[in-house]
Amino acid sequence: MTATREGATFASGTAADPAMAKHDMTLTLRVWRQKGPADKGRMVSYTVTDISPDMSFLEMLDVLNEQLIQAGDDPVAFDHDCREGICGMCGVMINGQAHGPEQTTTCQLHMRKFSDGDTIDVEPWRASAFPVIKDLAVDRRALDRIIQAGGYISAPTGTAPEAHSVLVPKKDADAAFDAATCIGCGACVAACPNASSMLFTAAKVSHLGLMPQGQPERNDRVVNMVAQQDREGFGGCTNIGECSAACPKGISMENISRLNHDLLGALRAGARPKS
Amino acid sequence: MAVSGIVMLLYLIAHMIGNLKIFAGRESFNGYSEWIRTIGEPAVPAQTTLTIIRIVLLVAVVAHFWAAVSLWRQAKQARPQRYVTKKPVAQSYASRTMRWGGVIVGLFIVYHILDLTVGAVNPAGTDASPYDRAVAGFSNPFVTAVYVIALILLGMHLRHGIWSATQTLGQSNKRREKTVNLFALVFSVVLIGGFLIVPFSVLFGLVD
Amino acid sequence: MPLDLFSVGDPIADTKAPMDVPIGERWSTRRFRARLVNPANRRKLTVIVVGTGLAGGSAAATLGEAGYQVKSFWYQDSPRRAHSVAAQGGINAAKNYRNDGDSVHRLFYDTVKGGDFRSRENNVHRLAEVSVNIIDQCVAQGVPFAREYGGLLDNRSFGGAQVSRTFYARGQTGQQLLYGAYQALERQMAAGTVEQHARTEMLDLIIVGGRARGIIARDLVTGEISTHFADAVVLATGGYGNVFYLSTNAKGSNATAIWRAHKRGAYFANPCYTQIHPTCIPVKGDYQSKLTLMSESLRNDGRVWVPKERGDTRDPRDIPESERDYYLERIYPSFGNLVPRDIASRQAKNVCDEGRGVGPGGLGVYLDFGDAMKRLGRPAIEAKYGNLFDMYAQITGEDPYETPMRIYPAVHYTMGGLWVDYDLQSTIPGMFVIGEANFSDHGANRLGASALMQGLADGYFVLPNTINDYLADGPFEKIDDSHPAAVEALQNVQGQVQKLLSINGTRTPASFHRELGRLMWDLCGMERSEESLRKALDRIPEIRQEFWTNLKVTGDQGGFNQTLEHAGRVADFIELAELMCVDALHRAESCGGHFRAESQTPEGEALRDDDNFAYVAAWEWTPEGAPPVLHRESLEYEYVHLAQRSYK
Repeated sequence: MTATREGATFASGTAADPAMAKHDMTLTLRVWRQKGPADKGRMVSYTVTDISPDMSFLEMLDVLNEQLIQAGDDPVAFDHDCREGICGMCGVMINGQAHGPEQTTTCQLHMRKFSDGDTIDVEPWRASAFPVIKDLAVDRRALDRIIQAGGYISAPTGTAPEAHSVLVPKKDADAAFDAATCIGCGACVAACPNASSMLFTAAKVSHLGLMPQGQPERNDRVVNMVAQQDREGFGGCTNIGECSAACPKGISMENISRLNHDLLGALRAGARPKS
Repeated sequence: MAVSGIVMLLYLIAHMIGNLKIFAGRESFNGYSEWIRTIGEPAVPAQTTLTIIRIVLLVAVVAHFWAAVSLWRQAKQARPQRYVTKKPVAQSYASRTMRWGGVIVGLFIVYHILDLTVGAVNPAGTDASPYDRAVAGFSNPFVTAVYVIALILLGMHLRHGIWSATQTLGQSNKRREKTVNLFALVFSVVLIGGFLIVPFSVLFGLVD
Repeated sequence: MPLDLFSVGDPIADTKAPMDVPIGERWSTRRFRARLVNPANRRKLTVIVVGTGLAGGSAAATLGEAGYQVKSFWYQDSPRRAHSVAAQGGINAAKNYRNDGDSVHRLFYDTVKGGDFRSRENNVHRLAEVSVNIIDQCVAQGVPFAREYGGLLDNRSFGGAQVSRTFYARGQTGQQLLYGAYQALERQMAAGTVEQHARTEMLDLIIVGGRARGIIARDLVTGEISTHFADAVVLATGGYGNVFYLSTNAKGSNATAIWRAHKRGAYFANPCYTQIHPTCIPVKGDYQSKLTLMSESLRNDGRVWVPKERGDTRDPRDIPESERDYYLERIYPSFGNLVPRDIASRQAKNVCDEGRGVGPGGLGVYLDFGDAMKRLGRPAIEAKYGNLFDMYAQITGEDPYETPMRIYPAVHYTMGGLWVDYDLQSTIPGMFVIGEANFSDHGANRLGASALMQGLADGYFVLPNTINDYLADGPFEKIDDSHPAAVEALQNVQGQVQKLLSINGTRTPASFHRELGRLMWDLCGMERSEESLRKALDRIPEIRQEFWTNLKVTGDQGGFNQTLEHAGRVADFIELAELMCVDALHRAESCGGHFRAESQTPEGEALRDDDNFAYVAAWEWTPEGAPPVLHRESLEYEYVHLAQRSYK
């Protein structure tokens, strides 16, 4: 394990079970390497061997990184945290698809989805609103700023009435929940040909707009959140549907329609974005 | 985008139905053409209604074009660096060809106006009647081919456009989604079929 | 107990809870007696909050709403990533919406008993009191809790509780509650009351004149190490389960903030209390990076078993009923598969130790839905557990509808943490600790659906009421970078970062972390003995020694360097592991999540020793390799009487 630069071969730890070893794979990874925001970046090839089909995609990257560090090379930077598909921190383009070939998060994609000898391209989310920090890690604070623009219900602590004072029909609560499951990973932006954040914004507008508690701020919320996503430099929505197809939580396109419905209603009612 | 598209779509419906008058014969078709120019007379001067229609359409076209260009520009700015590998999953051929398809359809409309409205590029010339211009043009297989390609592109444009407009106007939901998409497909096929029937009828000598 | 491992210092006690009134009035009395800060003066006071989970997010938002200047720090890219997001089951509240006999007192009683009588009555009672406010608050924020057809909130019984007091949002309750707090926090950021420090990690605490006055933090993107000052510091940095390397915690979850505060003088309480959750997906191989929890609701319908014979490698479906051992049902006929977490975990370990475990390495037991499928039908099982079954299939590649699931216990939660008084203030004046990071209200064992309750109780309702009493003395003396304490802390951090980068050995931080984790799991895991703990205490200093001489960290201090981040965290885990083992060794009794092999009943159940160990062990750090100092806080039970747990 001395040669580690481009074209080098890396093996994962010893295969404990010989019966399993024969299923292990050798893969060629083409990974986007970019030292920092100012660097131009390029694709670099690595070969990894003894990859178990039971590994998650991130565990496969761990194997690569362990070997890179031992060889004194810079490991591939990638974001990840919970590794159970809920925090939304991980996310890379795998063979041109956000989170890879399954509709799940990158951490829940397992190597059994690939075959021995495959070449896998790994790239960061690409959008001007998601500047690359390093390699595969990008800055997604733009999504938080969309939330800051109105993705909340103003209920300062201590002001809440008794929980049962407002009834919420089960149908509405369920629909709100479905929209609220968005984990803010940014796959929708990454997959969208226009790099639009519409599905993300729509999920929050839907979640809060479907709850009775969300009504007082409903008009202002939608106009301000939409204005903020434009300000952040996201693209416009042309209803292609790549976002929903890439969404690990299956947030549906109907949320976008609901946002538009609310937006038109809000504009008619005279709501205007705060400058 | 959605509103201007709907304006043009409504016009297309009327246009397609009007075109079918060609099967009623030369007199009927030319008479229909003349009628469009005289609606409202004598209360208003000749061509008033037609001019209004033309102005509305022109505004719709400009608005549609302007919206498309700004969306396009916004998308370019939103992703200055493209992916090395990108695999489309959900997008249909129709949604993928909205932009170039739209441009081609736009250019086709210019040609179409010069051909059949003005007659400048029509083999029968500017002085011929609308019926003669149509027959003269569509007798040429190349002209018909141009119309067929452009109309199929227009059909795909409408197929995605109708779905997209329903979304943009906030009228879609999970329950309706299938219906909207089916309607968009059927509607586009019928409309384009209605348009295509004319050139083909001329080409195959059913109308002469 | 040999004195070389630790020394005994003065006892410690909480002095903030008003003991002159009955327990039900203590919280309201404390709120009344706590001094207030005039709204106009709040603008002049700054509070640092580290962490944005349920506790930190709700605290920062609430303090911002109250008018304080808040500085919020978190290591992920967005506050919404905090690991509270992963909590599945639900949140308890004594609403008694089901009219099934629940009350504040019952929730208080259950929590004290569930904690195996090692928690403080006053704190637990307050937790039960404010639980009802939490639900109101979350509903007002638009949290989409599960509802019944009439529009009322749905409740379920959870974790073996006899009443239905658990509120939930499908299997993603933590996510939805966190988003409520996150949205409130982002709202305050937009309003300008909360300053944002994304991807920033706290690396030291600045103490001036005996008061916590700020932190040293590293910007993980630029690598810049800088000082941040305030009138009070709140740590809400979660638990330290990742000391075991493999746990259900997020990969980034770490003990660095609390550990470095501990080294600055905050006492660390009950570090050995760790909760091992029985229903996790077993380890697959050496490359395994984390463990995934499966909601324990699965035990409502699944039956746990192993083959009667050792080393039986047949397909489980080919093993006849007569050759299966449904050991939980056998040992605990009345509770069966629903025994508390610590018991279910330990019995799984026992059968695996006997060589009857299943799956790779023999570290797993079956959780079988065969009977439930026959009784209820597949559609009913799908409706109830569909998402969990899908998750299992996704991770293991096996279809749990066809073949029994394999499960194994995994480290899930740490009941220990920094010692705090009734006001949630640590032994360092001005430093408050909330959520899982404090030694909390759970005693030696946490009940299901109680972690979310505690995090939000601390953040929304307790801390914002108690911190005023401290801040009423502020604003404190103005300090800047040139203050000797700030200079010293900054240099300390810079020195450590440089040290980590300069060793240039051969082993990665992850390899040390894995070795430490394996050691802790084997020797200080589900079952501890004097022998195993002594072995661990021999070995850990060797690991530490090798770490500081043979570590390899690539790159440099400037810029995004995830290896460097990890190295710093592993350094702290190694030190913490040692304290955990000392604590586990000194506590020669079994209680809750801490099972000492030497202290068990003839039937093999945990045997508590209330005469000798009814106290909180609060450890004081001593520099220069001197052994830690034990300060005991004795636990008095006025309202819930000490009794041995029994689930037979």
